[in-house]
Amino acid sequence: MYTADPQYASNFVAGVDLAFMVILGISIFFLIALTIVMLVFIYKYRRDRHPEAIQNEGNNKLEVIWTAIPLVLVLVMFYFGWMGWKPMTNPPEEAMHVKAIARMWNFSFQYENGKITDTLYVPINEPVILDLVALDVLHSLYIPAFRVKEDMVPGQEKVMWFIPGTEGEFDLFCTEYCGLEHSYMFTGVKVMPRDEFDAWITDTTAAAPVVDTETSLADQGWEVLRRNGCNACHSVDGTKLIGPSYLGGWGTMRSVVTGREEREVVVDAEYVRRSIYEPNADVVEGFNKGLMLSYKDMCSEEEIVLIIEYLKALNE
Amino acid sequence: MTSNDSENKGYKSYLEEDGGRKGIFKWILSTDHKRIALLYLYSMMVWFTVGVVLGLLMKLELIAPGQTIMGPQSYNATFTVHGVIMIFLIVIPGLPAVFGNFMLPIQIGAKDVAFPRLNLLSWYIYVLGSILVILSLFGNGPPDTGWTFYAPYSFKTGTNMLPAALGAFVLGFSSILTGLNFIVTIHRMRAPGMTWFKMPLFTWTLYGTGWIQLLATPIIGITLLMVAGDRILGIGFFDPAKGGDPLLYQHLFWIYSHPAVYIMILPAMGVISEIIPTFSKKTIFGYKAIVLSTLAIAFVGYFVWGHHMFTSGMSGTALYTFSILTFLVAIPSAIKVFNWISTMHQGSISTDIPFLWAASFIFVFLIGGLTGLVVGALATDVHLHDTAFVVAHFHFIVFGGVGFAFFGAIHYWFPKIFGRMYDKSWAKTGWIIFFVGFVTLYGPMFYLGMIGMPRRYFDYLDEFHGPNIVSTLGALVMIAGLLIILTNLIKAARHGEKTTEMNPWGGTNLEWQIPTPPPLENFDEIPVIEKATYKYD
Repeated sequence: MYTADPQYASNFVAGVDLAFMVILGISIFFLIALTIVMLVFIYKYRRDRHPEAIQNEGNNKLEVIWTAIPLVLVLVMFYFGWMGWKPMTNPPEEAMHVKAIARMWNFSFQYENGKITDTLYVPINEPVILDLVALDVLHSLYIPAFRVKEDMVPGQEKVMWFIPGTEGEFDLFCTEYCGLEHSYMFTGVKVMPRDEFDAWITDTTAAAPVVDTETSLADQGWEVLRRNGCNACHSVDGTKLIGPSYLGGWGTMRSVVTGREEREVVVDAEYVRRSIYEPNADVVEGFNKGLMLSYKDMCSEEEIVLIIEYLKALNE
Repeated sequence: MTSNDSENKGYKSYLEEDGGRKGIFKWILSTDHKRIALLYLYSMMVWFTVGVVLGLLMKLELIAPGQTIMGPQSYNATFTVHGVIMIFLIVIPGLPAVFGNFMLPIQIGAKDVAFPRLNLLSWYIYVLGSILVILSLFGNGPPDTGWTFYAPYSFKTGTNMLPAALGAFVLGFSSILTGLNFIVTIHRMRAPGMTWFKMPLFTWTLYGTGWIQLLATPIIGITLLMVAGDRILGIGFFDPAKGGDPLLYQHLFWIYSHPAVYIMILPAMGVISEIIPTFSKKTIFGYKAIVLSTLAIAFVGYFVWGHHMFTSGMSGTALYTFSILTFLVAIPSAIKVFNWISTMHQGSISTDIPFLWAASFIFVFLIGGLTGLVVGALATDVHLHDTAFVVAHFHFIVFGGVGFAFFGAIHYWFPKIFGRMYDKSWAKTGWIIFFVGFVTLYGPMFYLGMIGMPRRYFDYLDEFHGPNIVSTLGALVMIAGLLIILTNLIKAARHGEKTTEMNPWGGTNLEWQIPTPPPLENFDEIPVIEKATYKYD
């Protein structure tokens, strides 16, 4: 029961909230009623007021009644739960598709024209189908205001859908625990009128690297690292996180495991490039294989040059 | 055994009967079911303290957004180890291993369990499993997967997930053997005249629990071996990159871990079914209905695991089937609550401390159970799954339900077990502080889940701040209560006023008809049972 705008944030809100009302209503009634009955009995039949208990072994009629009534009530609850959920399983044939990509620890959204963003932009009052892609481990895409949530499973093609009904910005969380930065894996949904959305989606400048060319190459490199979420696993101050720190890396020798063999390599441009595009080819000793995925589609050759400038600058 | 006092010359209780052994060997080599029960009690108290401290650290971290007292890696490890310790070392074995071991043979008029040495071996396996869990804290760092060990993260993380999983695997054997022992004991060793429907209700719940332990636990064993296979040999049962299926892991995990919830809660219901008639001086209302509902929960409980996976991508048919079965399993629990409250009707109620625990159990169990309906329905679960609401729900059941019953049980059977009495007024003070703290701690988490705060969050947005403050304050109050309760009990076990009164509360089971503390083999002669228990006329 999200309190922000309970009626219209999405097409599922009414059904889900009705189920909440019915189930919580019945539950709260029984909680209060049974607690009061119990307290009254404890008060009324306290030993000082009621020294002699009146024995009673049970009553079959009562047992039948208090089996039957809850049975009917839970079936009612089941029904409302089912009715609120059923439309979530039937996405319409005609709808805008957005590819929602989750990796440790960020979301990105790819539109039909190839535009990629880190926030989900959708037009109001039109069905949106999210094609869910998890690249590494389980994630779960949750928009509380819309009452929707679906796990993202690596290797499985899944969809979720909704029709946004209110303009504005809403939270979007990862709700399946996915490691170190799980609690920072959240972003937003921006719901806007159709014409605004059209203007936004055709504006390709926003898709180009958001690097300010006025700043130094090293600063631009830092910006690339930040935008790709690299700093979640690699520290700048030498702290050991999931992966090796950037600090003092450039130009030094490093023990790595290639396949099954250990070898020494120089941290040079080729090494950095390989670490980004084929992160599991050379794994630095003391770290685990398989945690990082290739950034081939996320990070261009030019951006790698910028990253290298940043690494060089760190040594100074 | 006619007087209500076992003080006579030459009487030796099980605590004085040392089998010719000295020091710690009196305990760790004894096959007496009562001493084994206490071995479990003491080992669990150590783990429980660790688990509580970890829980407190989490609540302190969550008192404000941003990093408060620890970093995200430590937080993730903290909730993982808290979960593993609390679930596998305390709540699953808890009531059966401690009070089941102590009371079950006595309640059915037997001198010990069917396999006393196997019983001691189960404790050693328990200790081995707990050492493995503790070992996981060292080396590459404590596991950070959550107690559910979900694949594929669980075999990608660089932390010590394997020793923790192996610990859970080993603990499973302890659980299976205890279940087996209890089932055989109940089938073969009931005293003459102790027919099935004369058995005390606590024993009945141990019987239902025993079957779940025996039939469901092997599945978690196999699952954890498969995880080990994935991690060590790289087989890829659950690795999508190798054609494995992460959902298979979830199914296998919950096929055990949901019935495991009933391993936890059934004996708790048994304890409540003992305490309420004793303190109401009234026979239990609807004995047979309670027995049948116990068996129904044990049986239907096998078929509801899918409700942990409503958003995982199962087929729609599977989803509503699991949802409706989940609602059905609520009925026998409701029947029990109605019968407990009816037992109080026209009783003669003494509000001694065990009764207060039992009555507050009913209240928190109602909240836990009713919120279970909210997450049992499909539409509402999609919204609440993996949010703070679920954490609140299962803490109300597992800590509220099992924990309150455990404290009820220890206050109820304490004089029988130790032959000493605790300070009743401190016990009541501790209880009320604990109860208020408990509700303040977990109550706000229902609201947090409703407004969309995901669980296992080291940090959160500002909009979730208020209820988190209340929750942390609740934790501090609850721990103050807990300290009072534990100090009072530990003090009493060592220096409490001695008592040899056989039946201090006026109970009707066999444990109240033997000396306090009981002799080595419980009964000089195996009793012949003529009338059912819970008779006050």
